[in-house]
Amino acid sequence: MRLVKSGELPAGASGCAMRDARGAFIACILCLVSCFVVLSSPAYALDVPELHGYVNDYAGMISAEARGELERELAAFEKSDSTQIVILTVPSLGGEEIEDFGIKVAESWKIGQKGKDNGAIFIVARQERKMRIEVGQGLEGRLTDLMAGRIIDLVVKPRFKRGDYDGGFIAGISSLIDATRGEFKADGNHAPQIHEKYSRALTFLIFGGIALLVLGSMSRLMGAVSGAVGLPMLAHLAGFPLGLIALIVLALVGCGAGILLPLLFSAGGRYGGGGFGPGGGFGPGGGFWGMGGGSGGGDFGGGGFSGGGGDFGGGGASGDW
Amino acid sequence: MRRSLLCLISFVVLFSFYGCGYNKMQANEEAVKAAWGDVEAAYQRRNDLVPNLVEVVKAYAKHERETLTAVTEARAKVGSIQMSKGILEDPKAFTQFQEAQGAMSSALSRLMVVVEKYPDLKANQNFQDLQHQLEGTENRINVARIRYNRAVETFNTSLRIFPNNITNSMLLHLKLKEPFKAEAGAEKAPKVQF
Repeated sequence: MRLVKSGELPAGASGCAMRDARGAFIACILCLVSCFVVLSSPAYALDVPELHGYVNDYAGMISAEARGELERELAAFEKSDSTQIVILTVPSLGGEEIEDFGIKVAESWKIGQKGKDNGAIFIVARQERKMRIEVGQGLEGRLTDLMAGRIIDLVVKPRFKRGDYDGGFIAGISSLIDATRGEFKADGNHAPQIHEKYSRALTFLIFGGIALLVLGSMSRLMGAVSGAVGLPMLAHLAGFPLGLIALIVLALVGCGAGILLPLLFSAGGRYGGGGFGPGGGFGPGGGFWGMGGGSGGGDFGGGGFSGGGGDFGGGGASGDW
Repeated sequence: MRRSLLCLISFVVLFSFYGCGYNKMQANEEAVKAAWGDVEAAYQRRNDLVPNLVEVVKAYAKHERETLTAVTEARAKVGSIQMSKGILEDPKAFTQFQEAQGAMSSALSRLMVVVEKYPDLKANQNFQDLQHQLEGTENRINVARIRYNRAVETFNTSLRIFPNNITNSMLLHLKLKEPFKAEAGAEKAPKVQF
């Protein structure tokens, strides 16, 4: 280690700057690779449709008025009780059992609040003339399999049989709401979850910072690279839903930190490192740091409708018409 | 000298950041246990439903004594299996459990086929309710089994990979857990007789 360092010393400040530039380049490549890895990891089955809102009418069974009414009703219900109920219609199941499809949708949409598991999904397959009410684990006490089955048999089925889809959906959703009303109260307070996330991130950050310091004091390149790869990875591990831009910004911040941290500490004479002499190569690191500070806020998750993280255990009932 | 020492220490520290898998394996085992709890609960739920179902069917379909007896016997057999603590690590006990539950499933599906002959029974509200509950329970069993198998896969993998396998053989001594296998003959639909 010492041999390499002293051998490079005569190269002077310009060589050092070049090495830093090369290091930054490698760091950027590595950070891009890690971004791709992170982004491609949640590989859900392709055939689960996208969640747009309370009413996801892919089969075109619900009229515009009915749709508006259903959305209003379901939004109001979530506001008062925090229970999420959504509708999904699909043109065809493509040979799959509606139960298998239902649990797949439930696992990927995660309807219902985390910890309360108070979600329900009303799934209708137009071509197969099958329907299913998928019930979240927190609602199973009120909305038992039996209750869900009765709603299908007695409320929805007769209307669907007459071809009155709007009426079937509206009556079915009212029954679902009536069955689950009062089981949960909205508290509009997700503070503990966020707090837990931050404290976990802080632990990661402290350990990561120490590792970065040690690595960076051995070689500036190693520090920059590990910072650039490590920081976005930490953010991902801590569970922040970050976009591509935020990840890149984090990578740059990490890269800067990897270069700066050891310098800050070695400046205090901790390691008495003669090999750290040329402070001229400092420039790019400072540049990165400034950039990171400028847009460090990042974008935490998109807007729009999403499930709250509710769990499903296969409860509910199926039927046909 | 001090630098190389620092180097060595930092590698040791880094290695322990990556972890020896000690915590991970423990967490995975707990996940398997939790998933197994759901499997047991789902099967228990089915077992609790069966007497009611048998009673209702008996009232309408007296001539199906044979099918009804098969269901009752299968239930008794399931009940007689002792659930020892080590069942998840014992392939023999696990297969036995799976076979008993499989016999129960096929007895029940035969019963549901027989029921098709009795329109009065099918129209009975009590029976319809039970049918919903039974269907729901079968679906829960299915979901719980899939999730259990997933948890077992994660756990078994975490036991086998390096460096976890060393940690396990030195410290934890955890054993591989048994997954559910596809049931023999499950792909054959029960024969319908009229």
